[in-house]
Amino acid sequence: MSSNSFAYNEQSGGGEATELGQEATSTISPSGAFGLFSSDLKKNEDLKQMLESNKDSAKLDAMKRIVGMIAKGKNASELFPAVVKNVASKNIEIKKLVYVYLVRYAEEQQDLALLSISTFQRALKDPNQLIRASALRVLSSIRVPIIVPIMMLAIKEASADLSPYVRKNAAHAIQKLYSLDPEQKEMLIEVIEKLLKDKSTLVAGSVVMAFEEVCPDRIDLIHKNYRKLCNLLVDVEEWGQVVIIHMLTRYARTQFVSPWKEDDGLEDNEKNFYESDDEQKEKTDHRKKPYTMDPDHRLLIRNTKPLLQSRNAAVVMAVAQLYWHISPKSEVGIISKSLVRLLRSNREVQYIVLQNIATMSIQRKGMFEPYLKSFYVRSTDPTMIKTLKLEILTNLANEANISTLLREFQTYVKSQDKQFAAATIQTIGRCATNISEVTDTCLNGLVCLLSNRDEIVVAESVVVIKKLLQMQPVQHGEIIKHMAKLLDSITVPVARASILWLIGENCERVPKIAPDVLRKMAKSFTSEDDLVKLQILNLGAKLYLTNSKQTKLLTQYILNLGKYDQNYDIRDRTRFIRQLIVPNEKSGALSKYAKKIFLAQKPAPLLESPFKDRDHFQLGTLSHTLNTKATGYLELSNWPEVAPDPSVRNVEVIELAKEWTPAGKAKKENPAKKFYSESEEEEDSSDSSSDSESESESASGEQEEEGDSSEDSSEDTSSEHRSDSESASEVGDKRTAKRNSKSKGKSDSEDGEKENEKSKTSDSSSTDSSSEEESSSDSESVSESEREPESRKVAKEKEKKKTKQDRNPLTKDVSLLDLDDFNPVSTPVALPTPALSPSLIADLEGLNLSTCSSVISYE
Amino acid sequence: MLTAPPSRPSGLSCRQGRKGEVHLQPGLLGSQAQEVQTRWRPSPCFGAGKRSPTKMIHSLFLINCSGDIFLEKHWKSVVSQSVCDYFFEAQEKAADVENVPPVISTPHHYLISIYRDKLFFVSVIQTEVPPLFVIEFLHRVADTFQDYFGECSEAAIKDNVVIVYELLEEMLDNGFPLATESNILKELIKPPTILRSVVNSITGSSNVGDTLPTGQLSNIPWRRAGVKYTNNEAYFDVVEEIDAIIDKSGSTVFAEIQGVIDACIKLSGMPDLSLSFMNPRLLDDVSFHPCIRFKRWESERVLSFIPPDGNFRLISYRVSSQNLVAIPVYVKHSISFKENSSCGRFDITIGPKQNMGKTIEGITVTVHMPKVVLNMNLTPTQGSYTFDPVTKVLTWDVGKITPQKLPSLKGLVNLQSGAPKPEENPSLNIQFKIQQLAISGLKVNRLDMYGEKYKPFKGVKYVTKAGKFQVRT
Repeated sequence: MSSNSFAYNEQSGGGEATELGQEATSTISPSGAFGLFSSDLKKNEDLKQMLESNKDSAKLDAMKRIVGMIAKGKNASELFPAVVKNVASKNIEIKKLVYVYLVRYAEEQQDLALLSISTFQRALKDPNQLIRASALRVLSSIRVPIIVPIMMLAIKEASADLSPYVRKNAAHAIQKLYSLDPEQKEMLIEVIEKLLKDKSTLVAGSVVMAFEEVCPDRIDLIHKNYRKLCNLLVDVEEWGQVVIIHMLTRYARTQFVSPWKEDDGLEDNEKNFYESDDEQKEKTDHRKKPYTMDPDHRLLIRNTKPLLQSRNAAVVMAVAQLYWHISPKSEVGIISKSLVRLLRSNREVQYIVLQNIATMSIQRKGMFEPYLKSFYVRSTDPTMIKTLKLEILTNLANEANISTLLREFQTYVKSQDKQFAAATIQTIGRCATNISEVTDTCLNGLVCLLSNRDEIVVAESVVVIKKLLQMQPVQHGEIIKHMAKLLDSITVPVARASILWLIGENCERVPKIAPDVLRKMAKSFTSEDDLVKLQILNLGAKLYLTNSKQTKLLTQYILNLGKYDQNYDIRDRTRFIRQLIVPNEKSGALSKYAKKIFLAQKPAPLLESPFKDRDHFQLGTLSHTLNTKATGYLELSNWPEVAPDPSVRNVEVIELAKEWTPAGKAKKENPAKKFYSESEEEEDSSDSSSDSESESESASGEQEEEGDSSEDSSEDTSSEHRSDSESASEVGDKRTAKRNSKSKGKSDSEDGEKENEKSKTSDSSSTDSSSEEESSSDSESVSESEREPESRKVAKEKEKKKTKQDRNPLTKDVSLLDLDDFNPVSTPVALPTPALSPSLIADLEGLNLSTCSSVISYE
Repeated sequence: MLTAPPSRPSGLSCRQGRKGEVHLQPGLLGSQAQEVQTRWRPSPCFGAGKRSPTKMIHSLFLINCSGDIFLEKHWKSVVSQSVCDYFFEAQEKAADVENVPPVISTPHHYLISIYRDKLFFVSVIQTEVPPLFVIEFLHRVADTFQDYFGECSEAAIKDNVVIVYELLEEMLDNGFPLATESNILKELIKPPTILRSVVNSITGSSNVGDTLPTGQLSNIPWRRAGVKYTNNEAYFDVVEEIDAIIDKSGSTVFAEIQGVIDACIKLSGMPDLSLSFMNPRLLDDVSFHPCIRFKRWESERVLSFIPPDGNFRLISYRVSSQNLVAIPVYVKHSISFKENSSCGRFDITIGPKQNMGKTIEGITVTVHMPKVVLNMNLTPTQGSYTFDPVTKVLTWDVGKITPQKLPSLKGLVNLQSGAPKPEENPSLNIQFKIQQLAISGLKVNRLDMYGEKYKPFKGVKYVTKAGKFQVRT
């Protein structure tokens, strides 16, 4: 059957999909399909009858029960033939539930699923965009390989649909088809390329998602759309924003040179291999001395900044990682405030955000230092949150704040959550090693904890003290003696092993105690934990070498016990030590050096943060959270030495002479549309903001008194919860007037679109109008005079002048800020230009300045 | 055909050969594909290698506290329930539900889960994805259930399983969020009401809307079109919560104010609102509902927006931590456990502090007592208390503070005999509420409406509450 349909497909060149679907359905023999499942049908006989009844209500009930079965994970696949018949039901709820069923079981019952295909194909041509979209959704969700060509065709058609909602669904379908048949990649990339040019905010997120899934390495597809994506970003829905920001982060790392200055790069704990990079950079930097940021690089950083204020934690995190990875180091600071805000959220968000802060705080303490107290632990926090906060507090500790922190830690050590108390002790140890001023204080504090009633606390203290003592070659006989006494009471193996090791290392400093400890240990050797046994052996060996008179026999006794131990590690160690320390004729040259070997100076352990090695993962990713490379993780590349040609991002459109003759209809539509797109522009708001501010101030001045009094009264009349702050709303503001007309303009264009759908004859004119509009919005970026229809003429003239300069006839820049959702996709053919056009640079720099000034005045 | 491998069914016009080289079948697509070839720039750093082609949320399992999987939904091919075994394993290890790690790695999948209202939402992920993306989405799903059914519980979800399924179907497509705005979802799938279910059973009409939500298409996807009310009202609740840690001696270790403005907007048409504050500079850090115009806030410190219809959270903010935070209550406490005896003393008194002349009400004190505490024998001067000997949680419902007679709770604590006395005194978690007051001093100046002709009824309400308010003893 499959060969049949494909043969057919070859003949028609994939043209008539409808017929293909019909042919496919006709090849199924009903008897075979139904016969297979007849034995299973008894159980759900009643459901089947209901589905076959004439009443919609019965069918609906049956479908609801079936969906209930699916939800519980019960198998409802034997009902497939009965259900699939209802796919063409008029009742929209039945239809939806049938879709749910189909998507769930189509993969298992491919032949029967084909019965439904023709229905969807018909629906794909439906005048209602909702029906077209949902048909595409379901069609592409049916994982039946035979229909791949049909899906491909449907996606292609949908990607040129007039409704952005349908185009959005087409973008989703791309990923589905790709996962069904990766062979389609090349053709899907073409569709992606087309959809990337789409100007609708609705489509942007979905198509970038498809891009990330299908062809994340095709960076060349992004160039032309880079500026548009940056400018659309604020208006894209939240989920799309996350995806786009992650993609643009990777893009920026391949296309721009590093904004990090060398001294910044060498600052704190940068890795070694970066240093070699820096040296090379130095050479290149000498050549092109002052670093200037690519305006496109700046554009991205600037346009993502407002998103730090998103309510969606994922968006905030995405922006934070973008700043961390691509912005100049001096600007990263602004993200900390927003990240700290996320800590008010639920525990899962806290967990992820704290992990990321932990990684950041290792490299850049200063960023989070002002928020130190936000990381204080509450007794009600879950343990995992507590330990993460502790980790961050440790990273932030410095000479200035350590005393406050230690006081805080004292509370934590007493916590009822013993796991957390143990983690705190570790933390104190780390602070003690990092900040030399407090080492002694910490050590004393830890020694006090040795008399704690809780064994876990004591054990952890022992382990940490051991590490601290190792770092300080100073005499600490008293502490060691104290710890030796603990051996009688403490039972935690790690702690016992630590004490033994410590005594062994310092056996010459505590000559009286050490042999006694060994005696005790020899007594209890057989009942000790393996970890402790190994340390007893070590202690014995060390004492044998330094004090063989007293301990020779004891050590040999222990070695004998070890020889017959159950654990082979211990037997192994015993044999090794015996050969090394007990001189006999066989022992080689090594035994001469036995003392040097056992009592060598050991390097102190580094108490490091577990988050130290995480910085090579991109922040905010799953891989970072797990600290292993997750499937499908894409590495951030290092900054390029030399920036690739920035002109690839220039957007040029070749206007055909034909399209320049404006159709009368298009001319009418134009002002309204332009009006709309213009009001969303950045320049507009920043320019007019000063004006409107003064306006609104003067307007509000009149009513301020009134507003005040009503506020006051609300406080006085305490029984009333809601107070009416009646203030007449004057529609005198220019901006609002503009906004009104904007929404009107939009609804106009919506209507226009519907018309277009009905009469395909008007298609040509609408594409004309769209190209018209593009060209006119071009003039906005070039000349500030807009709105008047004559401006296009001016633009044309300017255009002509420019083309002379550029020696590139009929090309021009497309406005970056065009937000029109309702453009049918006109496919502009791009030509590379040698350099960034001067007007654009001026434009971008202008924007740059204006935002900078606002930042200064408000922060 | 040029180089198509013979084993593949070939009906398509282009095939990929070696990387970077595209073989073409002459035809319709020729010119476009040619262009791909000419503009191809290999960039090895940008992402290379083979990827498994599934991303985002693959499946969702809902699990109750006793470990039953009571709902599953798959957006791609079916993942067996057995994948949840890894989750159960982690849950066992964690001992406490709060400590189950939100991200778990299994041999073939990653599990990202949230815990909400005694339910686990466990999603199955196959490849790299920002974990917050999934977590945030799962919470949005839980919020939607809450919104639709009034509660997000196992019973509610089981009762409305069809609506749940329809919602999940709309919210995610192929694992990628599609419609998450409540205004849009409610147009697509109407929330269940008793009246509607009765009407539906008689008339046979459905809960599913058949028109495309207009919001989905516009630049304001959060608002539905054609809203009509006879009474046009706009209410704003300014709710501030004080997060604080008070140490033993009564001094403040840490305190900050977290606020939100929740709005309930019932206005016809497409109103364009501007909300201004008397003292906007108090707001140190703000997060916005997508409807708010960032630029307007940046330049003028005015909240300008076209609101969604109904209830929504307009902004959340933090009041700058530089400002001193007024702490409205103080607690005098003396909790002591005697060495080598099976009892201890417990005595706490609550009194008003900087309360700006308002009554403090709704006071509740919650204490997690140490494990060795067997029972408590207390007498409150006001309100009532309960002690749960299993969870060791003491709850004292105080009510209002009257300054003449400060409420106190005194008595004896029975300890397990023979057990060592607790190291640390438990900390007290305090809840309270002050009506008509925003503790930060934030004040709404005025609300203006543009774009519609009618005069709306406007109201602002202020409330201050205790957030994570903890007193160490």
